[in-house]
Amino acid sequence: MTGPQGDHGSRGRPRARITHRRLTAGWQDATRPASLREHHDRYGPLPAACQQNPLALVDAVAAARLTGRGGAGFPTATKMRAVAGRRGPAVVVANGVESEPASQKDQALLARAPHLVLDGALLAARAVGADSIHVCLDRARDQQAGVMLRAISERQRAGLGEVAMLAHGLPSRYVASEETALIRWLNGGEARPTTVPPRPFERGVGGRPTLVDNVETLAHVALIARYGPDWFGQVGEPGTPGTMLITVSGAVGCPGVYEIGAGSRLGDVLALCDGDSEDGAVLVGGYFGTWHATRDVARLPLSAPGLRDAGASPGAGVIVALPAGRCGLAETARILGFLSRQGAGQCGPCMFGLPAVAGDFAQLADGRPGGDVLERLHRRLGSIAGRGACRHPDGAVRMAASALAAFAPDASAHAAGRPCLEAQ
Amino acid sequence: MRQRLRWDPTACTGHGLCADLLPERIDLDEWGYPVILGDVPPGLARHARRAVRACPALALRLQQADEDHDGGA
Repeated sequence: MTGPQGDHGSRGRPRARITHRRLTAGWQDATRPASLREHHDRYGPLPAACQQNPLALVDAVAAARLTGRGGAGFPTATKMRAVAGRRGPAVVVANGVESEPASQKDQALLARAPHLVLDGALLAARAVGADSIHVCLDRARDQQAGVMLRAISERQRAGLGEVAMLAHGLPSRYVASEETALIRWLNGGEARPTTVPPRPFERGVGGRPTLVDNVETLAHVALIARYGPDWFGQVGEPGTPGTMLITVSGAVGCPGVYEIGAGSRLGDVLALCDGDSEDGAVLVGGYFGTWHATRDVARLPLSAPGLRDAGASPGAGVIVALPAGRCGLAETARILGFLSRQGAGQCGPCMFGLPAVAGDFAQLADGRPGGDVLERLHRRLGSIAGRGACRHPDGAVRMAASALAAFAPDASAHAAGRPCLEAQ
Repeated sequence: MRQRLRWDPTACTGHGLCADLLPERIDLDEWGYPVILGDVPPGLARHARRAVRACPALALRLQQADEDHDGGA
């Protein structure tokens, strides 16, 4: 299998090449979303074999070792099998809400290749026995809904409307993209997480078994169905095959969305974006990620297994480089303030704990600590994780704790009432 | 048979009665929300049941320690 039109192979030295054009094929010239016709010119139609034996797709996805690209990194085939194994018709939810502020890759994908996402959703629906697909978007991004609705009606006119496809605009809120929040909202409730169990594959939309996948994950499914698991694994590292979309922002010369081989070294990614791959600090994995001195992680692969020993995770493929001269603690205080306002307001430890921690950090960053702020922070950070319905508080306190470690000298200086080293 | 306390953080409103009735296994954090300190041995089962019944928000449950199905996707 040769892959999509537009992935021209390596131009430079093979070892230096970490970017690829699979999901992003043709994006360099695109000024608007690919029409169904352009989509088929680029990738070809969906192979007929998928229709005859839908479960073969699950085997192909398993052989490709595709993992979810929404942040959790769970094996996609395992999730599909769990839904397919339940009784009764299922539902597929394509999660394109992308509420992580430092991530833009799903928005880029939906704006340029909506049919790739819908192909993947359709294939997943056939594989798990679903009769409806819900595409969830952020309602604040009004152009997105228009693009998706046009893509869906294009498919209906082309006779590809065998499974009902509906687009939904969800309220903008950090926790709205959590999978149980999506289901609660689709069931007529608020876009706030619920306690599990039951998990979505057991009882989801309309009480039916429900497969929730990130839109990028579904786009990869569409390519695996066409070109096979071997092709998928031709790029990426052995343990983490395929490509991944990433969003790089902050102190880099060329911020933006890139498609790279999964498991590329973090330092190479920073160099690719014209950033510093030695000095400075990076937030890896987004607002729920972890802070690190760049030199500590530059040689590590950007993948869940590659970053595990460093206590990090790529999340949804998010890297934020701390701008030179900016205090990492002040940046953390700002992010914590945002996260504390973005909770669902349901669980006490999150509702009261996150603002308390955000306040401690603001005090610390301002260099006006009251009492022993560091001791209080460590105590509070240790008492919040694992005590909410969703992982919102866990992610926030993990990020906060990583800042105290990565910027330890600054934290001590601030705690003693001195300005941070950067400001001196 | 040991039993496990299950706390629903979305239902809990922080009354704190559970910690009064079962201080051996339930502490309160600085905001008044329960911190579960471990499973309930048979000797404390009666007190644990009282704590569950007393919760005004119905946010506390008791279940067998082995019926814990968190697996899956």
